[in-house]
Amino acid sequence: MITEVASNIPPGLIFIVGALLIPFIRGNMRSAYMLLLPLLGIWQLTQMDAGTFGTITIFGLETTHVRIDKLSLIFGYIFYVAAALGMIFAWHNKDLVEQASAIVYMGAAIGAIFAGDLITLFVYWELTAVASVFIIWAARTDRAYKAAMRYLIIQILSGVLLAAGAVVRAAENGSVDFGAIGLASPGGVFIILAFGIKCAFPLMHNWVQDAYPEATPTGTVFLSAFTTKLAVYALARGYAGTEELVWIGTVMAVFPIFYAVLENDLRRVLAYTLNNQLGFMVAGIGVGTTLAINGAVAHAFVGILYKALLFMSLGAVIHRVGTAKGSELGGLYKSMPLTTVFCLVGCASISAFPLFCGFITKSMIITAVAKEGYLVSFVLLLFASACVFHYVAIKIPHFAFFGQDSGKLCQEAPINMLLAMGIASFMCIGIGVYPDALFSLLPYPVHYVPYTTSHVVTILQLLAFSALAFAVVQRLGLYPLVQRSTMLDFDFSYRWIGSRAFGWLLSRGAIAWETMRDDMLSMLRNVIKTTIQFHGPDGIMARTAGLGVSAGAVMVLLFVLLVAVMS
Amino acid sequence: MSDPHHDHHPSPVPPEGGGKYYWLDDKTNRAKILWVLVAVCAGLIIADLFYHKHVVYDFENWFGFYGLFGFFLPVVLVLLAQALRKILMRDEDYYDH
Repeated sequence: MITEVASNIPPGLIFIVGALLIPFIRGNMRSAYMLLLPLLGIWQLTQMDAGTFGTITIFGLETTHVRIDKLSLIFGYIFYVAAALGMIFAWHNKDLVEQASAIVYMGAAIGAIFAGDLITLFVYWELTAVASVFIIWAARTDRAYKAAMRYLIIQILSGVLLAAGAVVRAAENGSVDFGAIGLASPGGVFIILAFGIKCAFPLMHNWVQDAYPEATPTGTVFLSAFTTKLAVYALARGYAGTEELVWIGTVMAVFPIFYAVLENDLRRVLAYTLNNQLGFMVAGIGVGTTLAINGAVAHAFVGILYKALLFMSLGAVIHRVGTAKGSELGGLYKSMPLTTVFCLVGCASISAFPLFCGFITKSMIITAVAKEGYLVSFVLLLFASACVFHYVAIKIPHFAFFGQDSGKLCQEAPINMLLAMGIASFMCIGIGVYPDALFSLLPYPVHYVPYTTSHVVTILQLLAFSALAFAVVQRLGLYPLVQRSTMLDFDFSYRWIGSRAFGWLLSRGAIAWETMRDDMLSMLRNVIKTTIQFHGPDGIMARTAGLGVSAGAVMVLLFVLLVAVMS
Repeated sequence: MSDPHHDHHPSPVPPEGGGKYYWLDDKTNRAKILWVLVAVCAGLIIADLFYHKHVVYDFENWFGFYGLFGFFLPVVLVLLAQALRKILMRDEDYYDH
């Protein structure tokens, strides 16, 4: 009975409705309640059968609120897992704004995953945008406020493009069904741009690096998991095998690494890596074979885990030390040994070390790219793999936990943070050691064998030599010094050129406005002057006339009327 | 951002980390790690002689290809990034005024 009811409630709604109760619960009870929601959600998903429900016809268009299949289920599971991890990590945080908006945000992302049509998708898509802005605002700093405004504008633009695409598609084929879309129609182009913004395609990417590092330590953990991976899901659903995505993904995997080498704020380094890991997924979706799609989805799955783990480890550092700037950290392994270990697990996972989750999934994508003959992409993705080890797996532990001792001493992270990082680490290693658990969730049957001598040795060569390169470059003093700085990225176009251009327009506009205002005022003055002339104390209309004249005027009027009526 | 319930120690303290001795504090131990890494790299390259590589492209079969690729390309990355840094780096509060 309960299971029957549960399997008819749209996933995600548990969160969105559940958020309404949050203000009425306080303290640890609220944290416990929030943790209960994703556990309920996971249980609900296990009760659901493949199929669709919640079909509603609006204006002759059929919308499907929920579609359950293997592709949506795997994203549903990992989103609930990420939600649970984030809530354990944020257990100590009693900020109502952040808690409530995080719940609604995650619920909206889960709802979007299960949306069967573009209109339902659009509603949840916009809800993720609006709810997530409050998570960034919850940091309550001036920088966060401004970054969130830019973030909101860009996210809403994505929603508008999605709505436009849905309308065009409805006009084209009379259906807003969300299946394979492709680039053949104009509607498909609008929709891929909408997905591309959320997926941080090159030149549409900067909101990630701009906004995510400005949120609170806990807020960034929530943000890192959902928006971009929702876009990966949407691309896998709508654009599998779209060749352009191979090239877009390759560029995405390569260019952020240059910024990651230079950036000082370590959470911003992670935001650039987030972008680079999305590149692997997008390239896999572009290849479109079953191995490539499996690889992309699996990489999104483990990417959520290790990215959350890395953001959590730096979140713990910020929580204790107050900063995540490479130039101010170092030697923290003495104070935070467990956090250091968990960070290293995240680093090993992201750089695809054997026995860690990234090894399994990234190699699926790279193998698929090679097998389909994309030689240039293959070499560039290999380059990105070697570099990701270099600039994340060594850079972050080096500058934060080892390296030059900053002399900062603090306590180990709180127990709830350690627990969340511990569970995430366990899952990263678990999937690396026993990948069949993940394989059984993937959309297509898996015939891929990750652990072959050839593969393990070649990857170890790649990584060991990359580490050696770091050591040599560091010893030779060639490694870029980390220092307090801002790196110009594409946001230069709207934060500098755009704001200057707008300022110029405003100043020109001000001149035009002044002129127009003066003209209008002098016109108004003329009107008043004329009015006074005629209606003023001495005006012709204000004069009083004698009784005889008045009577005469009335008689003339009556006479005119009489003549008019008679004739 | 920071937790008010726990004291931060912004003032510099001795590098020993509260009087404790850490193995990594010793410079010679750091050098040892580097030599272990060199040994691991050498071992991995030699291992190339003893197994059959499953590859898609021929160049992957070159002796030590992955090792050399993994060493030189990150160096290229760092050198290129150094050059980019001159163009792209601004003050931390560049956008704030």
